[in-house]
Amino acid sequence: MSDVTKGRISPDVAASRVAAGLAARRSKEKRFQLYGKIAIGIALAFLVTLFVSIFSKGIPGFFQHYVTLEVTLDRAKLDPAGDLSVQSLYDGDARGVIRKALYEATGASGRSGRKAAGKIISGGAEQRLREAVLNDPSILDTTQSMTFAVDDDVDSFLRGFIKRETPEKDRRINDRMIGYIDTLTEQGLISFQFSDYLIFGSASRNAEMAGIFGALIGSILTLAVCLVLSFPMGVATAVYLEEFAPKNRVTELIEININNLAAVPSVVFGILGLAIFIGIFGMPRSIPLIGGVVLALMTLPTIIISSRAAIRAVPPSIRDAALGVGASRMQTMLHHVVPLAMPGMLTGTIIGMAQALGETAPLLMIGMVAFIVDVPGSVTDPGTVLPVQIFMWADFAERMFVLKTSAAIMVLLAFLILMNAAAIIIRKKLERRW
Amino acid sequence: MSSLTLGIAILIISAAYFFVANRASSSQRAAGTKFHSLPHYYGLYAALLAFLPAFAILLVLAIGDDLVFRSLALDFVPDEVKASKNYKEVIVMAQITNVVDGINFGEQPDWVYAAAEAWKGWDATSTTLRTILVISLSLLGGMFAYRQVNPGFRSRNAVERIIMTILAASSAIAILTTIGIVFSVIFESLRFFALVPVSEFLFGTTWNPQFEGAERAGSGQMGLATYGSVPLFAGTFLISIVALTVSVPVGLFSAIYLSEYATPKVRAVVKPVMELLAGVPTVVYGFFAALTVAPFIRSTGMSLGLDVASESALAAGLVMGIMIIPFVSSLSDDVINAVPQALRDAAYGLGSTHSETVRQVVLPAALPGVVASILLAVSRAVGETMIVVMAAGLAANLSFNPLDAVTTVTSQIVTILVGDQEFESAKTLSAFALALTLIVITLGLNFVALQIVKKYREQYE
Repeated sequence: MSDVTKGRISPDVAASRVAAGLAARRSKEKRFQLYGKIAIGIALAFLVTLFVSIFSKGIPGFFQHYVTLEVTLDRAKLDPAGDLSVQSLYDGDARGVIRKALYEATGASGRSGRKAAGKIISGGAEQRLREAVLNDPSILDTTQSMTFAVDDDVDSFLRGFIKRETPEKDRRINDRMIGYIDTLTEQGLISFQFSDYLIFGSASRNAEMAGIFGALIGSILTLAVCLVLSFPMGVATAVYLEEFAPKNRVTELIEININNLAAVPSVVFGILGLAIFIGIFGMPRSIPLIGGVVLALMTLPTIIISSRAAIRAVPPSIRDAALGVGASRMQTMLHHVVPLAMPGMLTGTIIGMAQALGETAPLLMIGMVAFIVDVPGSVTDPGTVLPVQIFMWADFAERMFVLKTSAAIMVLLAFLILMNAAAIIIRKKLERRW
Repeated sequence: MSSLTLGIAILIISAAYFFVANRASSSQRAAGTKFHSLPHYYGLYAALLAFLPAFAILLVLAIGDDLVFRSLALDFVPDEVKASKNYKEVIVMAQITNVVDGINFGEQPDWVYAAAEAWKGWDATSTTLRTILVISLSLLGGMFAYRQVNPGFRSRNAVERIIMTILAASSAIAILTTIGIVFSVIFESLRFFALVPVSEFLFGTTWNPQFEGAERAGSGQMGLATYGSVPLFAGTFLISIVALTVSVPVGLFSAIYLSEYATPKVRAVVKPVMELLAGVPTVVYGFFAALTVAPFIRSTGMSLGLDVASESALAAGLVMGIMIIPFVSSLSDDVINAVPQALRDAAYGLGSTHSETVRQVVLPAALPGVVASILLAVSRAVGETMIVVMAAGLAANLSFNPLDAVTTVTSQIVTILVGDQEFESAKTLSAFALALTLIVITLGLNFVALQIVKKYREQYE
């Protein structure tokens, strides 16, 4: 072989040797390209699988079955005190009124028949009836056609997850109930509609009544706190470090700290919140205020890093021109550099907010995982956020919760896509290339 | 006044001072006096002085008064209660604050009511004092600045100094956060290591954190809590390995294809689409892993005659691998692009094919950067929480079989610290020790990765 390396072969021989290997080398080249294509294909296939799996469950999750009943709104029964107060309505027998309409529609009779028929309708129907009466008292003492959600087991049956063929003792609804459901279906009283509970309902252990409204408000409040804190602080830090900070040990320490914070796992920020805000300051658990502060600390590095990049992208000639006509350094900064860097800063902030919106782990640590029915009215009311709600629902085994969880995920993803699209638009429209 | 109304009040006062000072200087200016600075700087100076000190005091008082009340309220707790064995400060405080807030759970001892009454008194006093202090401070600060509205006063310089201080102060937040993290983790960890020896924590092979005296499930005997963290780290390691076997080949080959072969059009579409994978919230991945991937792997394994746990490391690792593909591909893409074109041209000149150039010239040159990107992906995988909490389970098995259920450091931290916990028990404290090791590992990985990237950059610059 040493002969070859010393080049003692004639050019013809060399050329023929190269030619002999060419076919193999070309096929190797093709194979290598193919590996790349396969890799990208796999990554995209994962993405598609993820979205298809979520959407195929999530889209049905936006709908649920309702039953329409002719309800006779007997005032004496519904409003015993006669003053239309909330208390009086709660004392009244809304349940009985709905049941009566249900028995008429299904033809249920006898104790066990009525019991079975009663299970068809959601426990939330009474509340819905009371609200309808409160909104419009004139409907009292008339007969109204009203729509109520069906129980989640009945819903699962109607969707075909609970099979008719399953032996009666193995399924969650009995033959008698199936009979009534069939009667209702024949009369065309059962409808499959957009689920208003999903959007306007709050946390509930009953799948058919569960909704994301409270979590959505909690997310908005938490993000608002996060934005109010992290945007000004992030921009201020970036401005200071890029334009004013002296090159010394302290500045270097700050920079190292920011880079490290960007690498710290998000759970650790939850521990920080738990130990400092709840443990030492004694603030209550589960409130959006602490959630927002924790998320602000977490997103701060993202905002700082992108804001610094935006400031650095402003050409020095702008600064020189401003300084040249007599502006102070601070005026140059505030009147020229920051406004020019603002699109970049906003983009970074929106991306940081999108991260914060999807974050779950740190919020679990500060107790936003509690079961809270009330919609939070302010940042100091206990609440939960959308990702945590998804986490909690994912634990429930009911089929309808699986669907509603997927639907909630779609809502979350929609918000994230919206935010990222906004970031891209801002970047495209406003960012200047120098 | 509540803190919020107070905040609004001082904002209004500051705005008023801004107008007054602004007007004063601009009317004198109109009359022909020459001022050092523009009128609005006098206004701003007055507004800043009216707002900042008052706001700082307001913040301190709003956060601080509860702390003071707590220590004061402890004096009301009778000595015999304090001496009793199951005395817990947290519980006593909850009793008192519940009465203060008007939430009653049954009858409380008399001293609780006494403490609550006193608390309400302090609260009223402190609110009054706070209102007076903050409002007067705001008025005085503004007044002081207003009196300085004269031609010789350099208000612009003063305002700029204040703004500079604010900027510097907010950049200190990063340091404060780090200190906060270190404090919150170190102290509790030290207390944990006082209860459990470091060697047992680091080298023990059984993880069974029970509250002291709790009965071990099923065994009928009082189980001893053991805090050997090896199974947790083994589980973390196993899941990370699975994740890497998915993400490294896929990420690396996509990066090579995108940077070397793809047309600009393909690249412009595929790259952002792949980065979508990094933008999906982890809770969504967790849901996907638990509800779609894990059952699929289980049924596939069963049909092959394998024994697959319903929460297998494979499912969690696979999904985590999907999540970190963009971390590997984006950074690898960058470093491959950073390899100088001259190297490629030299290889082509010698007659090598495109793939030979990539494999034998570009990749070796980009290797440090690729390694760094993998390390960053590992650090992401180690710190990832939701996927493992939802899909990997809690069984602390010391196993290297990806079909078994394992648990990880992060999922143990979450399980231990979510919900109500006793602050004093070794179980709770163990979560802080785990967090400490987690921080050390992830920061270590990042440090090494960044050093490699830095060195590599210098090479070609």
